[in-house]
Amino acid sequence: MDENKKNIFVSSAPHIRTGESVRTMMWTVVLALVPSTGYSIYLFGINPVIIIASSIAAAAAAEAVYQLIMKKPVSITDGSAVLAGFLVALNVPPESPVWMPVIGSFFAIIIVKQLFGGLGFNIFNPALSARAFLMASWPMHMTTKWHKFMGLNVISPELENRFDLPPAVFDAITQATPLTVLKEAPKILQEYNIDLNRIYDVVFSGDMLKALFIGNRGGCIGEISAMLLLLGGVFLLARKVITWHIPVSCIFTVGIFAYIYYSILGYPDPAMGSIFHVLTGGLILGAFFMATDPVTSPVSGKGMIIFGAGCGALIFIIRVWGGFPEGVCYGILLMNAVTPLIDRYTKPKVFGKKSSTKEKKG
Amino acid sequence: MSGGFRGGIHPHDKKNATNHKEFLNLPIPQRCFIPLQQHIGAPAKAIVKAGDHVEEGQLIGSSDGFISADVHSSIPGRVIEIIDHLTIYYRQPTVVIEAEGQFSASAMPRDPDDWGTLSGSEIISRIKSSGMVGLGGAAFPTSVKLSPPPEKKIDTLLVNGAECEPYLTVDDALMRKFSLEIIEGTRITMRALGVKKAVIGIEDNKQGAINAMRNEIRSANPPEDITVKSLKTRYPQGAEKQLIYSILGRIVPSRGLPMDIGVVVQNVGTVFAIREAVVFKKPLFERFITVGGDLIGKPGNYKVRIGSRISDIIEECGGLKGAPVKIVVGGPMCGLSVHSMDIPVVKGTSGILFLSDKIAKGGPYLPCIRCGKCVKACPMGLLPCELGNAAENERFDLSGELNPFDCIMCGSCSYVCPSHRPLSHFIKVSQQKITGRAV
Repeated sequence: MDENKKNIFVSSAPHIRTGESVRTMMWTVVLALVPSTGYSIYLFGINPVIIIASSIAAAAAAEAVYQLIMKKPVSITDGSAVLAGFLVALNVPPESPVWMPVIGSFFAIIIVKQLFGGLGFNIFNPALSARAFLMASWPMHMTTKWHKFMGLNVISPELENRFDLPPAVFDAITQATPLTVLKEAPKILQEYNIDLNRIYDVVFSGDMLKALFIGNRGGCIGEISAMLLLLGGVFLLARKVITWHIPVSCIFTVGIFAYIYYSILGYPDPAMGSIFHVLTGGLILGAFFMATDPVTSPVSGKGMIIFGAGCGALIFIIRVWGGFPEGVCYGILLMNAVTPLIDRYTKPKVFGKKSSTKEKKG
Repeated sequence: MSGGFRGGIHPHDKKNATNHKEFLNLPIPQRCFIPLQQHIGAPAKAIVKAGDHVEEGQLIGSSDGFISADVHSSIPGRVIEIIDHLTIYYRQPTVVIEAEGQFSASAMPRDPDDWGTLSGSEIISRIKSSGMVGLGGAAFPTSVKLSPPPEKKIDTLLVNGAECEPYLTVDDALMRKFSLEIIEGTRITMRALGVKKAVIGIEDNKQGAINAMRNEIRSANPPEDITVKSLKTRYPQGAEKQLIYSILGRIVPSRGLPMDIGVVVQNVGTVFAIREAVVFKKPLFERFITVGGDLIGKPGNYKVRIGSRISDIIEECGGLKGAPVKIVVGGPMCGLSVHSMDIPVVKGTSGILFLSDKIAKGGPYLPCIRCGKCVKACPMGLLPCELGNAAENERFDLSGELNPFDCIMCGSCSYVCPSHRPLSHFIKVSQQKITGRAV
């Protein structure tokens, strides 16, 4: 009996808890990214492997070194630094030099995460901040190191010139990612005096949408296969690591905005434009894997819906009217900044409290 | 089926270790340690002294004040001393009785009184003199709960058979074995309150209890309006405010009481004991408890005398299979962890759990990652994450604005937190700091 008494532990209730932890959440996200990443490696070859491995190693090393210097417990096994490094790698082009994502990972961990207080205290998503930092520092490496299919075509090997475009125009547009085509095409078309709708016919074509969905196309390492990213997203939903609020409201907003925009432009098939905007670029990756970063998004369901819709609106605005072809990164980062404000105005209603009258504090 | 309250969690219920077992009687301990305060309110005043002989069920502590309860001897014997003894809360005056002599009350033929001739106030006075308190865990004096101020018009009695705490199956077993008695107890309680309607709420993981209660109502066909409502299995379905909302759709106002909206809630175990108190004039000196957890040899539901120590119970329940990391009095979500096996079972003890480190995980916690799982789980619509951060930084000015006093201490937030933050503990600290009590 005395033996039994020795190590009895006393604490407040509850005495049981969920098996879930920060560690299981982070590693589940890493796992969810494996299929789409594997496909990108299949498509682009060995370079992405080197980029991903060195980026993850850099992030983990940055975290460990910082924590050792600051005499804090080293927490790289919780997976959050690994995930940040992984996401940095997924946000660079497949042919980019290895040192670039490595610097990005250092920036993400040291500047964006640890200097703000480490896990749970960063205001901006580390991986996306790193992408913004790399975009500002080495824009050439971030926007031109695309994989070329058969040495010619960036957009997708499946795309052939079946659209009666002059060969020069077709060659010009297939040298860019789909979103860059939308951004740059008007200039090219002006030269040849071609109607803008002709370019929409190309990028919104069934072939293009199929290539985007399956993932037979150019782009950053992590954003290639919408299908496999959705699979990972559904896995995260099923494991309750994320909730539906942010991805659904974000993707839905982009889709609706695109539909309205192309309807107003008078494009005959705005639904295809809408689907294109959902599948292209980093939207699926961003909506499921980065906007849902718990630390930098609101805590209530209502807040998450507003946050997601805000991301979607900003993404579409940047894509169409902004200076960059893609707006996922900046859209989410801008909404990160608004998160405390959203939280303040979306507090859940306290059960039993009348919402109209403010009760006196007791 | 209903379960419309906000939030909630689905912990593994772990009920199958005990929910199929028959009730067993634990032997009467040689020594009983009977605390004078086993209820919310003022402690009872000792009316015996060392050396006195007491009978089984004899009054030994007399209620002192409006919110208080009588305390009776659980065994016949001799008062050895009145000492400050460890209880689930803190050291407090406890009557120690050594067993000797005849068991008068339990040996007596049980002559049922016809309660049909009793008035409401006569019923309440019998309940009061039995020392009855809420047996679900909170241990609020029952006679006080059944005597609301006249301006509060009560129209419905809810009988709480939700038993949403994992491990505990004592209410389930009571409803299956004593359904007729519980219905009679419900009728008695309805008469005491003067209400025409009663609903027995049971979570739908206890189909046996639901069927037993429904069949018994059908065959007994009581003249009152008594129904059974099957409730969705979701913790904390059995919390008063959530139960009322699930069954009646009524909302207890913030920091109000069920009687503010015409409802009184009684636990099924209490209702069962009310019948014993009214029909047999039996004082509350024994109760049913679940003895469970992964380390107890023979988990089950047992009838135990108030004042039996945990150490007495272990031996009779098959001993321990290993050194427990936690001993929990009550359920694992709301119960109190205790550090000594000398602590006695009291009226509000619904269970005793012996947990290994596989189940009761302690250890460090991480910073909040703002995942919002606690916000989703909170049945009261609070922001446990922010309350926790405020308390951790000792910013009780901030936590005061986050409605800490609406917290029902269900523990759902702490349960779901992936950073393993003791959120409900932080909220409790906030409450105590704000009301000025030392922690």
